[in-house]
Formats: sequence, structure tokens, C-alpha cells
Amino acid sequence: MVNIGACVKEPGSTRNNKTGSWRTFKPILDKDKCIDCENCVLFCPEGCINKDYDIDYDYCKGCGICAEECPVKAIKMERG
Amino acid sequence: MVKKVFTSNRAVAEAVKLAKPQVVPVYPITPQTTISEYLAQFVADGDLKAEYIRVESEHSAISAALGASGAGVRVFSATSSQGLALMHEILFAAAGMRSPIVLVDANRALSAPLSIWNDQQDTISERDSGWLQIYAENAQEALDAVLIAYRVAEDRDVLLPCMVCIDGYFLTHTVEPLEVPTQEEVDRFLPSYNPYAFLDTENPMSIGTFTDPNYYMEARYAIEVAMEKSKEVLAKANKEFAEIFGREYDLVEKYRCDDAEIIIVAMGSVCGTIKDVIDSLREEGEKVGLLKIRVFRPFPREQIKEVLENGSKVAVIDKNISFGMGGVLYSNIKAKTNADVYGFIAGLGGRDITTEYVREIVEKTKNPSREIEWIGLKKEEV
Amino acid sequence: MEISEKEFLAPGHRACAGCGATIGVRLALKALGKNTVAVSATGCLEVITTPYPETAWDIPWIHVAFENAAAVASGVERALKSQGKDAQVVAFAGDGGTADIGLQALSGAMERGHNLIYICYDNEAYMNTGVQRSGATPYGASTTTSPHGKESFGEDKPKKNIPMIMAAHGVPYVATASISYPEDFIKKVQKAKDIDGPAYIHLHQPCTTGWGYDPSKTIELGRLAVETGSWILYEIEDGDFHVTYRPAERKVVDEYLLAQKRFKHLNEEERNRIQKNVDAICTEFKI
Repeated sequence: MVNIGACVKEPGSTRNNKTGSWRTFKPILDKDKCIDCENCVLFCPEGCINKDYDIDYDYCKGCGICAEECPVKAIKMERG
Repeated sequence: MVKKVFTSNRAVAEAVKLAKPQVVPVYPITPQTTISEYLAQFVADGDLKAEYIRVESEHSAISAALGASGAGVRVFSATSSQGLALMHEILFAAAGMRSPIVLVDANRALSAPLSIWNDQQDTISERDSGWLQIYAENAQEALDAVLIAYRVAEDRDVLLPCMVCIDGYFLTHTVEPLEVPTQEEVDRFLPSYNPYAFLDTENPMSIGTFTDPNYYMEARYAIEVAMEKSKEVLAKANKEFAEIFGREYDLVEKYRCDDAEIIIVAMGSVCGTIKDVIDSLREEGEKVGLLKIRVFRPFPREQIKEVLENGSKVAVIDKNISFGMGGVLYSNIKAKTNADVYGFIAGLGGRDITTEYVREIVEKTKNPSREIEWIGLKKEEV
Repeated sequence: MEISEKEFLAPGHRACAGCGATIGVRLALKALGKNTVAVSATGCLEVITTPYPETAWDIPWIHVAFENAAAVASGVERALKSQGKDAQVVAFAGDGGTADIGLQALSGAMERGHNLIYICYDNEAYMNTGVQRSGATPYGASTTTSPHGKESFGEDKPKKNIPMIMAAHGVPYVATASISYPEDFIKKVQKAKDIDGPAYIHLHQPCTTGWGYDPSKTIELGRLAVETGSWILYEIEDGDFHVTYRPAERKVVDEYLLAQKRFKHLNEEERNRIQKNVDAICTEFKI
């Protein structure tokens, strides 16, 4: 049954929708090169890079902003 | 209970004070204005503990009301005519978001030409919005309807907004004696508001979402179910109201209908005039009755059917017009009964529906020449 | 600067890859925290974040219509106040919902002094409906309703100056920001949160779909807007105006324009006209 007024009582429930399937190119981080600047974390439109710089590929749409904004080019975009 | 002599606008303001809404966003418009003024004064005097929002339009009045209702409090607003038309978009949203807002509309004609006087085109035009609509005949009914509106709108089986419709000037600016209930009585009848879904940082939810074709129809169907259910809830509320306040209401009111050969159907203040005419006609030996439609949405079709399908002829008075179709009450009645029904458009833009016009309607129903007649047109201006 | 690692906008939302609006909302919510109630106008953000039966919001959220986010937020704010709750109310609306159809409700809310933050995420056109011109569309941009053609070079009016219109309301805090300068933006959101009364933040936010550039360039485009002086970062605190970021050396506007499809049709003379307009404004702002 549709909730009264079509309200949604499960906060953050778009997590059920794995947008990783949209991806053509995949960001791969070389943690050895990483200088801990947090650019990729801040600029990710999905918010799917955590403070340990783990990329959640369940949601990453492969936009490539993280790779573009990495000052030391530690992130490469690869097919897949 | 205290006896007072008030206009319906004052009566409404008293009812609102007793219902204790926490947020009141209103925008003044003739002939609703004194409601917004009385409420402002109540707040200024500390007699009503509410956040009064002096919004910049009716669109924002209903939007702020919906926001406040979404944040979990009882709200009130009031408007009229052009103001209600400006609210149109958000009226549908309020019903769809199942927000039990109570709004009083001082019934007034819609422009153009511009008119500040009474008819019911404004609220009738919002009949499909998903709001309950109660039409008051007098100041007492206006006051009582506001209390009943909150009780029913906020019921978990309903959760729909409710519009209380009071005829501009005939009610809004005319004083009548009435009984103002005590706070203790009202508190017994109207429990404090317990919202179903609201904005709470401890328990976050999203209200007013986007639906694709997989869900929209079910969400709208739920409104229809709630609207139908509201008839039972109204009946229960009316019963309890009578127990506490001693005044009995129903979705319709039958006035001398039992043996009537002609039954007039009407809504709002004109019913007072009609009752007077019926009393005179009865003395003259004419069997005429009135079926007053007090609640127009939900449409009390079972009760209407029962009263009208006894072989009498039916005259429906509409203070509105759906151009090319006739009055809306007329077409609704016609759609839901097999009675012999005639429609009369009257009282648009403040044209008085006099006792003579009511008699004319009765005569024309006895000897019908057309299905829909306009009553009171000035021949020289047509 | 310490930026909260907490996220209040969940992934899985339906934004285009490279969306600038969701970056803006994520950053704003980092500054605002859990005790926040959000209001959205109809638009990209609302549609992509609440596809029933899901929501991306981890905080309470309400949407009613396109033009009334500020009015809805007014009601929410007063309702919270009436219950003695101190949650921060924030409204998010696009440039169309702010500069055009929502301007009246916004003006009313600002003038009434509600304690709320209104953030306009400005992508310079009606993106949700397919890139139609809004009052915030800049001079020269080609949109579907201000297309370039034989008789047209695209939008022929300058961008409506909403932050200054808000400043004219005398509200305690007005700022411009860009998603490409997150520290600057977050500081401004925090200031807006700390003040008592209405705050308005106009957030410039590149849109990959509407502007016509590769999704990876969203931040770069926002940066180019600021570094060329096409978008200026400032704040007005209690009437006190100051620029919060000055490019070390202003880049030529062509760098910004030629990186986007919406300006690609402009000839040199038209681009020079834009450069001259930018120069004049930057001179005024001493940039």
C-alpha cells in the first residue's frame, strides 16, 4: 500500500538503487600516490568516497570528477 | 456556553481561538478580512498562542500552512474568491499530502467582471481538489463547522483538508445571535492534534515526494477512499458534537420534505430564505420542502437519493455556473438520482435571492419549460 | 578547515553523472548537520532525490511546489518555533524557482525575517525540463528557448542579480558561492546558520547536461567562472560587503566560454562584448 500522502519514512533509502550500473569508466585510486587532500571526497556528486578514500562502486556513476580534481593524478579512469 | 451576537467572521475567529491552531498564515481579502483582523488581535492580546504569519499572498498563505502542517502542528487559514483561486495549485497538494488544514472561505464571486459580492463559484470550482467542503447557513453553523472540520480532517481515517464555506456579506458581515462554547467543552470534543507524518529531526522522513506511474494512481485512490470514509467520521463527530454542545448536524438537512411534492435543494445562507418561503407556501397549501446540502464534499449521495427519489420534483439552486453545463450542484444531483430535477442559476455576484425569486423557482418547477433557468436576470440588461 | 565527514544526502539518487547540484547540497548539509529540516522547490534536486518509495535525504525534508519553497519554509520555521524546536530550516531552490517563479514568495519570506537559510542552486537555466532560459541565464547563452540562430546570438539579457535584490531586503546575511570553492561555501553556510534571521546564499553550480561539457569538468567549469571574473564570490554581513575570494590573476573569459557548448556559437565580437561586461563588473568589485 502506498504510504499516506506518498511520504517516505526510510531516510537515505535511495541506497537501494545501485547507480554503479550507470558507469562506463571506473575511477581507480593509487593510494600510494594519494596526498590526503580530500578533493575527491568533497567533490563526488554521489558522496560515495569515504574518509579512507575507498570508492563505493555500488554507487559511483563514473563521472570522473575525482580523477579530474586529483592534484597528483592518483586516480585513473578505466573501462569497467 | 455564552450567548453572543456576532457576524460569521467573528464566529469563525472565536472557533479558531477555541481550536488553538499553532500557526496561522493569512492574507486579507474582502469579505474575509475581518477574520484575519480578529485573529491578529487575539494573537496580539495573547488570547491565541499562535504564530501569525503575515504572508504576501494567498499562494504563500496556503504554502506556509502546508509547511507548518508538515512540521506537525494544527494550522488555520482563511480566504475568499480570487484568493482561493490563487491557492488552487496548493489546495490539490494539501489534499495529496494528506494535510488536515482547516480553511474558511468567505464565498465571493470570481472575476471578471470584478465583484466583491457573494456567490459560491470560488469554492465550487475547487470541488475536485480533495478537500472536504462544509457550507454554513448561519453564524452558529459557521462556528460549529470549524470545530467539526478539525475533528474530521485530523482523524487518522481521513487526513484530508477541510474547507468551511460561508457566504460573503450575507454571513460574513451580518450579526446574528449564537452560542459560543467554552474552552472546556471544545477540548472535550477536539483532542490535541497528533500528526501522522511530520518533519522530525529524530525520525527523518520525506514529505511531498515524486511518484512515477507505478504509484501515483494508488496515492490518488487513497484520497478517494479517505473521502468516502469521512462520511462515517463526520457522522460520528456530529453525534458527539450533539452530545456535548446540544446542536445536531448531518451531512444534509431535511426541512419539511416528508410529504413534499417539490423539494428545493440549496447550500449556504439562502437556505434561511427558502425555509421562510416554504413556511408561507405550506400555509397556502403547497407541499414544498428543502434539502439543504451542508456537506458538499464528500457528496452525501445516499441521503440525497433517499430524500429525492420519493416522486417529488426537484429544484436545485446554484450560486455558480459551469458554462455550457448548468449549475454544479444541479449536475451532481442529477448524476446521482433518478428524480425529476430542474436547475436554477441564481444569486451570482451578490444578486439577492429574494422570497419572490424562490416562489418563482417553485412555480417554474411545477410548470417546467427548460431544464436550466437563470433566475433574477434583468431583462433590460440581457 | 575541518569539514564534517558526515553525509546527509545518500547515494543512489538519480542525478546525472557529474551533477553540480548534489555536490552543493552535500557540502551545505555537512555545514548544517543533523539538526536540520530541508525544504525543496520543484526542480532537478527534488525529482532526483525523492523518487517514491525512496528518498536520498537523511534529514527531514518537504516539497510542495515550484514557486513556494520560501513560503513553505516560512511555515515550517514558525511551526518548529511554536513547538520550541531549534532545528535549522534550509530551503533549496534552483535559479528558476528563485529568480523567476519563486521570487515573490522569497521576497516575502526574507522581508518577514524568518530564521531560515535559502540556498539557490544556480545552474543558469531550467535544467529539469530540458534547458530553457531563466532570468538567471547569462548573456550569450544558447538555451532551448533562447536559441542562437541566423537572427539570434542566444540570450540577449544579462543575468538577473538576485543576491543584490536580496541584499536590498536588508537581511542580515547574503552571500554568493561556488561549489568549486567548498571551504568558502561551507564557511558561508556556517555563518548563515549562526545568524538569527534570514540568510540567502546564491550558489553557482555548473550543469554538465545544460551547459554542454564532459561530466568530469563540473568543478573545473565552476572554477573557471570564478577565475575569469564571470562569477564573483562575496558576502554581505549586516550590510557590510566584502569579496571573499580574488583570483590571483584574472583569466580571459574565453577560457570559460569556449569550454561550454552553450557559448560555442558566439563569434569573437560577441565574446569580446562579454569580456567587456565582465571587466566592468570586476573593476567595480576591484577584482
